[in-house]
Amino acid sequence: MNHKRPVNLDISTIKLPVTAKVSILHRVSGVILVAAVAVLMWMLDTSLESAEGFASISEIFSSTPAKLLLWACLAALAYHLVAGLRHLLMDMGIGESLEGGKRGAVLVFVIALVLIVLAGVWVW
Amino acid sequence: MVTAATSFGRNGLADWVVQRASALVMTAYVFFLLYFIFATPDFGYEAWKELYSQLWMRIFSLLALLSIVAHAWIGIWAVLTDYFTTRLMGPKATAIRLVCQLLLAVVLVTFLVWGIEILWGL
Ligand code: HEM
Repeated sequence: MNHKRPVNLDISTIKLPVTAKVSILHRVSGVILVAAVAVLMWMLDTSLESAEGFASISEIFSSTPAKLLLWACLAALAYHLVAGLRHLLMDMGIGESLEGGKRGAVLVFVIALVLIVLAGVWVW
Repeated sequence: MVTAATSFGRNGLADWVVQRASALVMTAYVFFLLYFIFATPDFGYEAWKELYSQLWMRIFSLLALLSIVAHAWIGIWAVLTDYFTTRLMGPKATAIRLVCQLLLAVVLVTFLVWGIEILWGL
């Protein structure tokens, strides 16, 4: 390949519009979810083991760092799911225009924020 | 063109479809679990254990697990092939990406086997 080939997309010099912010956060949350799955599976494993195991979950998640960890997992899931559903809607041709895309992006942030707050209420 | 050797379905359209289908399965699973936890009158160990002893729930859970594995493989493939490129990382990029994908494969197979053990109480 010609190494002197000009590259004109230097992301670090570009101001991200709201649609791009939704997109990159969907990517970041997806990567985080791989680790979150391990946490959630561990919870499933422990909760199904025995009645004591089930009870120990709420005990283990009573400390603040553990609560923050669980909240982060749920937040990543909530955000990724909402932004993912927007993908599916757009695949069906809904909200594909520039205006629709922007409105959808703002909507994703609002809905995800509400769900993340609710998840926090649930954990605490 | 990006070589398709490490993608999931060996072509972009197949991966695209699997990514969407798995997203729907996982979404259904998440909503179902939330519904179950909040709608069960005396939610606790008994109800939880009972739920996961049903064959249909084990199959539903296995489907969700398979969805996670396929979805994460395709998703992380997209991320790695975007950033771990020779343009961004130099000539070692492909080797580094393959090591990452190998590690991911180990993690995902672990999820799969561990999940089956959890579900069937092994
Ligand atoms: C729980 C485990 C999950 C993990 C580990 C995960 C991970 C990922 C990753 C890493 C990506 C790639 C992001 C990118 O290319 O920018 C991705 C994409 C995607 N995810 Fe997930 N995800 C999960 C759950 C979900 C759920 C529940 C949905 C529900 C709607 C979903 C919908 C999507 C969609 C539609 C894409 C494709 C985006 C595109 O084509 O650009 N994911 N996921």
